[in-house]
Amino acid sequence: MRAVCWNGKNNVGVEEVPDPTLINPRDAIVQVSSTAICGSDLHLYDGYIPTMMKGDILGHEFMGEVVEVGSGVKNLNVGDRVVVPFPISCGNCYFCKNGLWALCDNSNPNAAMAESMYGHSPAGIFGYSHLMGGYAGGQAEYVRVPFADVGPFKIENGFRDEQVLFLTDIFPTGYMGAEQANIQPGDVVAVWGCGPVGQFAIQSAWTFNPARVIAIDRYPERLAMAERYGRAEIINYEGVDVVETLKQMTGGMGPDVCIDAVGMEAHTHGIEGFYDRAKQAVHVETDRPHVLRQCIQACRKGGTISMAGVYAGFIDTVPIGAAFNKGLTFKMGQTHVHRYMKPLYEMIENGRIDPSFVVTHVIPLEDAPDAYEIFKHKVDGCVKVVMKP
Amino acid sequence: METQLQPPISARVNVGMGERGVSLISGLAGMYFVLIRRPSLKIGLPMIMDAGYMIYRGATGHCFLYDALEINRSDVGNKGIQVQHSVTVNLPLEQLYRIWRNFENLPRFMQHLQRVDVDESTGGKRSHWVAKAPFGREVKWNAEITDEWENEHISWRSLPGSLVNSTGSVHFSNAPGGRGTIVNVSMQYNPPAGSLGAAIARLFGEEPGQQLQDDLRHFKQMMEAGEIPSVEGQPSGRNKEFTWSISERMQEQDLVEEASAQSFPASDPPAWISGKKNKRKEVAS
Repeated sequence: MRAVCWNGKNNVGVEEVPDPTLINPRDAIVQVSSTAICGSDLHLYDGYIPTMMKGDILGHEFMGEVVEVGSGVKNLNVGDRVVVPFPISCGNCYFCKNGLWALCDNSNPNAAMAESMYGHSPAGIFGYSHLMGGYAGGQAEYVRVPFADVGPFKIENGFRDEQVLFLTDIFPTGYMGAEQANIQPGDVVAVWGCGPVGQFAIQSAWTFNPARVIAIDRYPERLAMAERYGRAEIINYEGVDVVETLKQMTGGMGPDVCIDAVGMEAHTHGIEGFYDRAKQAVHVETDRPHVLRQCIQACRKGGTISMAGVYAGFIDTVPIGAAFNKGLTFKMGQTHVHRYMKPLYEMIENGRIDPSFVVTHVIPLEDAPDAYEIFKHKVDGCVKVVMKP
Repeated sequence: METQLQPPISARVNVGMGERGVSLISGLAGMYFVLIRRPSLKIGLPMIMDAGYMIYRGATGHCFLYDALEINRSDVGNKGIQVQHSVTVNLPLEQLYRIWRNFENLPRFMQHLQRVDVDESTGGKRSHWVAKAPFGREVKWNAEITDEWENEHISWRSLPGSLVNSTGSVHFSNAPGGRGTIVNVSMQYNPPAGSLGAAIARLFGEEPGQQLQDDLRHFKQMMEAGEIPSVEGQPSGRNKEFTWSISERMQEQDLVEEASAQSFPASDPPAWISGKKNKRKEVAS
């Protein structure tokens, strides 16, 4: 089959690889009809996630048709159309039973490696480094889905792929970013990053009845999208002091809730940007926490910071003293996608949201190398790429 | 989860039993000579110091000179491996106890075990264990359950005369707040001395604590998820010719060491062929 393989930093290729086979009884094989490139795939592309190996198949946002099921999968049939959550979860451990699907105890074959880095192992993730299990991803014609009896969500009506594909990751990730932020009616919510996750965080925030949602980015097309679909007030951070602007917009209080939809590769200008890029280059620091710093500075005293963007390793010069003395609450983590598939699917069914608004590029899988470049550099108005194997 | 790797109790002993006897006798004789014959101070002082040290060496089995030279001639302790680890399994205690009580289930999650045959005529108390050894060889021993409390704990040990002198115990207790069951396992292996012992010690890996941890993780996965997660044999851009998992890749280092250890003397051409390499599943591209 054809698959998108990681061949090193800034180097992906579409290659001929063997077809996947069932390995365990609870596996299924899915023929991929649509797969997307996630912002977090760019962290792999840019070489900032450790334990990638040349030849790893990428992709954790995908959907398609079930073509084979293992003996342990009773609820799926060949021919079912399914959307697959990006975390791999057994459904039976303490964490799955408590809705913490992304923290599953039993799905990471390289758990010992993850334990040495993080103390404990999170769930395995498709196509997201060997630290996260080394599972082959879904940017391919076929993909093996472990624990297929608990993950895949059946789509039984006529939605287009682009309308339901994002249930795999970015829609639930944006939604959880808003939900875990404990938004109260009348709150002001600020969202850093107007990429796909930011767009869904903005729209999801409104379901908790805030007074205002403010979106921060520097790309006009993304800000326009936040304004148009997300009814957000916007700040283009080019040439302005974001923290001061937010203070002025909120009568000095600061936003009650700050959502970081950017994560470990934040961009910024000036000395701070130079400092973090230099440290990252020599591996003293793996993640660049500009957005996190701004969130802490801007957030209202006693407010909540919700981190939806991915962090993987180490950061420094984070103003923990400000966070402590302002009494902030932090919420973060990989998304418990399984928890959100059904309620968010119902939102799509009820016509409250059509997630396909983020899609700017639909291309054949063969064009993946170009698509990674376009998406990384945000050229050609690129917000979200969907690939068709 | 926590792992303890305890040094053997007799860690400081580095003198063999026979040598300890000789030291003790010569020390006492020296002391006797000094006390009876009362030599001059010039001869007596060094003699009494030497005799005192010999008595210390014989009585404690510890030699400072051997320490400095990194020599260990003790016949006990230094090859012993003791590991302990616990894991929480989200299932009722009785269910886990039942699985563990039948030792034939152990190879399903203990990597180094090939199979265990339980002798039903002894009420399941006696069993025959077969472990994998390098180069397709097997190491076998017999074991018996020495102590058991239903739904609480099981202790076992190898029978006298076994090549591998081992003891083990597993303890089950309810985790608080409905979190399932805490399974706590301790194991002690005393492989025989010599090269055969070294080969057996290899069974338990470079890091026996890590191996027990992995085995218990597999037990938990088998019980909770019904299967052990794996990516063995999945496609990648690497396996156009063969499938090569990260764990195998990480074992490469071990293979190199194994090859070096087996190729002796070092000047000989290596006669060693990796057994693991051949096991890699061929996948036609």
